Amino acid sequence: MTRRRQIRKLGNAAALCLSLLATLIGLVCLGAILWTLVARGLSGLSLQLFTQMTPPPGGSGGLLNAIYGSVVMTILGICIGAPIGILAGTYLAEYGRDDRLSSVIRFVNDVLLSAPSIIVGLFVYEVLVVRMGHFSALAGAVALAIIAIPVTVRTTEDMVRLVPQGMKDASTALGAYPWRTITSVIYPAARSGIVTGLLLAVARVSGETAPLLFTALNNQFWSKDLNAPMANLPVVIFQFALSPYKDWQQLAWSGALLITLSILLLSVIARLIISALPGGKAQR
Amino acid sequence: MSATELAAVAHDATQVLPPKIEARQLNFYYGQIHALKDINLKFEDRSITALIGPSGCGKSTLLRVFNRMYALYPGHRATGDVRLDGESIFAPTVDVAGLRYRVGMVFQKPTPFPLTIFDNVAFGLRLAQRITRARAAERVEAALRDAAMWDEVKDKLTDDARSLSGGQQQRLCIARTIAVHPEIILFDEPTAALDPISTLRIEELLQSLRERYCIIMVTHNLQQAARVSNVTGFMYLGQLVEIGPTGEIFTAPKNRRTDDYVTGRFG
Repeated sequence: MTRRRQIRKLGNAAALCLSLLATLIGLVCLGAILWTLVARGLSGLSLQLFTQMTPPPGGSGGLLNAIYGSVVMTILGICIGAPIGILAGTYLAEYGRDDRLSSVIRFVNDVLLSAPSIIVGLFVYEVLVVRMGHFSALAGAVALAIIAIPVTVRTTEDMVRLVPQGMKDASTALGAYPWRTITSVIYPAARSGIVTGLLLAVARVSGETAPLLFTALNNQFWSKDLNAPMANLPVVIFQFALSPYKDWQQLAWSGALLITLSILLLSVIARLIISALPGGKAQR
Repeated sequence: MSATELAAVAHDATQVLPPKIEARQLNFYYGQIHALKDINLKFEDRSITALIGPSGCGKSTLLRVFNRMYALYPGHRATGDVRLDGESIFAPTVDVAGLRYRVGMVFQKPTPFPLTIFDNVAFGLRLAQRITRARAAERVEAALRDAAMWDEVKDKLTDDARSLSGGQQQRLCIARTIAVHPEIILFDEPTAALDPISTLRIEELLQSLRERYCIIMVTHNLQQAARVSNVTGFMYLGQLVEIGPTGEIFTAPKNRRTDDYVTGRFG
């Protein structure tokens, strides 16, 4: 009896060690990445970054046009992608559930989720850029939307499914039609989960380079025109990092740090908002 | 008319009064499983009927037929008829949401919505009609008073309903159900998840609701059935074995299986 107990104890200790080790490896990697970013990027972080345009090689400048472009295209992309993703996820979790169409949609969505983003870029290039005859911010936003959709579909479906059946039944029993149950009961109950899913989508989208390379391209100058090429952080980082110029490389490091910090900040803000909403605290 | 004559008339009236809701040759299937067999049953208005029986005997299934909750799930079907005030609830013209408006339901686990206490109670009201804030406030207060919890929550109507205790949540769910003025209220083991004191409060509440509603209650708690109901029905293996005045069912049942169950020899 004691022998078996000792073996179990040992097994438990081993499992604990292994999981601790795994956690540690993950944390060390994350820490190393953050450290490199901060160490290399911090020196270039200045007010100039936010007030000046991307410079020609050898000149001094900032990332203003790229920051603006990234923000605009991310917002636009999420605005296009989020409603589609949320509604599709709702269909899968509530209306479709176990029918054949749903399993097909779910499969296609999983494929899209893991599809290389460069393919999305090429697709939008063929469908929009070629037909319009030029690169544009709009095409960039569409490409980002296509990347945001599968993430949103998946998280929305998961979160809606987590809402207890009893709560849905209670709403139905009061005489609510499914759509009313979804908007008045399920969405409030799943709100923090869905918002977190949207944030994941923002995080995923705001770092994407490949799809923008084929759609929004880049623009060295200030442009507000959605119908024209637009600068954006990922592509600027990509181009500047590969360049032989020291100034450009420094800007790329600073840009990378900027993206990382803003995603971090966004997550923190969203969590604060969620916990401030009525019901947010009770849920988490 | 003398008092005795009046009483006689009243007595006659109750005899003649048509049932509020009635099942005729009701059969129910979960796919291949035959869950309810030839149920014939009448429920009177302004009374509490308790349905008792061992787990899996079909009590909850029967309850879910009365507001057609089963229709949510594919493969579930009912044959025979259920008549509410003489009209079939299975008729193709019946609006299911409208039916559920008339036949309310309270579940085993408290199911507060992730809304404020006020919005929880007003939920059903706002479904059926456009209602002004003031009118909604009146109805919400009345429902909370009827559920004997107005004094507990009147100062925190804008709090999240999920911050209430389990017993309070269940009374809130009852308030939410009676706020729409249903005609029938179905209770599916309403106290199974609650502590004894909360259970007692719910039972008192049921007593006070009896005067106005037709109440049908499923319970595993025999003492509860004996304490609360006027009529008790015993179900076993999908069949209604016996139904009668609660006192009779518990002291002098006609069927031996009922006797075995209420005396605790099986089940």
